[in-house]
Amino acid sequence: MAKQLYYGDVEVGTEVTPLAKIATTQMLVQWAGASGDRNPLHYDDDFAKSQGVGAPIVHGALKRAWLGQLVTDWIGEQGELRKLSCRYRGMDYPRKMKTMEEPHAGETWWCRGNVTKKYVEGGEHLVECEIWLENGKGEKTTPGAAVVTLPLRS
Amino acid sequence: MAEGSLITEDLRKLIGVSGEPITYKVEEGAIQRYAEAIGDLNPLYHDVEYASKSKHGRLICPPGFTGWPIKGQIGALPGGASEMMGAFAKAGVPSRLLDGGIEFEFFMPIGAGDVLIATSKVADMTERETSMGKTMFITTEATFQKQNGDVALRSRATMICF
Repeated sequence: MAKQLYYGDVEVGTEVTPLAKIATTQMLVQWAGASGDRNPLHYDDDFAKSQGVGAPIVHGALKRAWLGQLVTDWIGEQGELRKLSCRYRGMDYPRKMKTMEEPHAGETWWCRGNVTKKYVEGGEHLVECEIWLENGKGEKTTPGAAVVTLPLRS
Repeated sequence: MAEGSLITEDLRKLIGVSGEPITYKVEEGAIQRYAEAIGDLNPLYHDVEYASKSKHGRLICPPGFTGWPIKGQIGALPGGASEMMGAFAKAGVPSRLLDGGIEFEFFMPIGAGDVLIATSKVADMTERETSMGKTMFITTEATFQKQNGDVALRSRATMICF
């Protein structure tokens, strides 16, 4: 795992270490199986068109899971994630596959965040962050927030 | 009730009613497959030996993993997902469905071997005219407990019907 983050390491405005992701059609199939979400909105062209979104879209829950990874990677094993929330404001469309392994060239998504507050409460060292997923155009399709605890450097 | 409201008396009666709890066991393989699907290689989700030496003593779940999330959040609604969606359809709620977002509150880690008991209810329904036409927002609240009754997490999800 990455190095441990400590409460003293962050201030309001500190950037959460960004995490890059590339959504592919293959990944959405994998997510559907692993999460149990069999909604054809995420793999069936005709169905997705009939639902008014044009083409299969990335699962909201997968984007949320990426944001979870953004935060847990950043806080390290001694930090604890207490709250995580996000809203699916914009659609994201996966890259299609070129080979069985490789997607076509295209968009890369970034999970990002900033510290908005830090405080001590009930003996715990809490940090609040705004987090979001942005698409290849830099648009925040999935804004959210997280609350974590961080250890003190001993 | 406003004229032409999607939220009929029948639907309003569903608000606040919890469904039958759903119980399921969190399995190692399910955690690993879920984490792999995220692309999250954290050894606490994958490496049984590594995780057994951690403070958790076993594989833990990525945040938001609650067995099969949909099963818990929507499947534990009264009558299950299909009966609930049937009630909405009967009331004339548009059938196009999008996930609007979710809020999680985590109280303790969930790990391999835990037995989770999920209960869920419709917490709220609102409607308004959007760029997609007449749109309904349905908020569900789910609670996931361990067998000893400890609440491991709560989630509040919004479905958008348009």
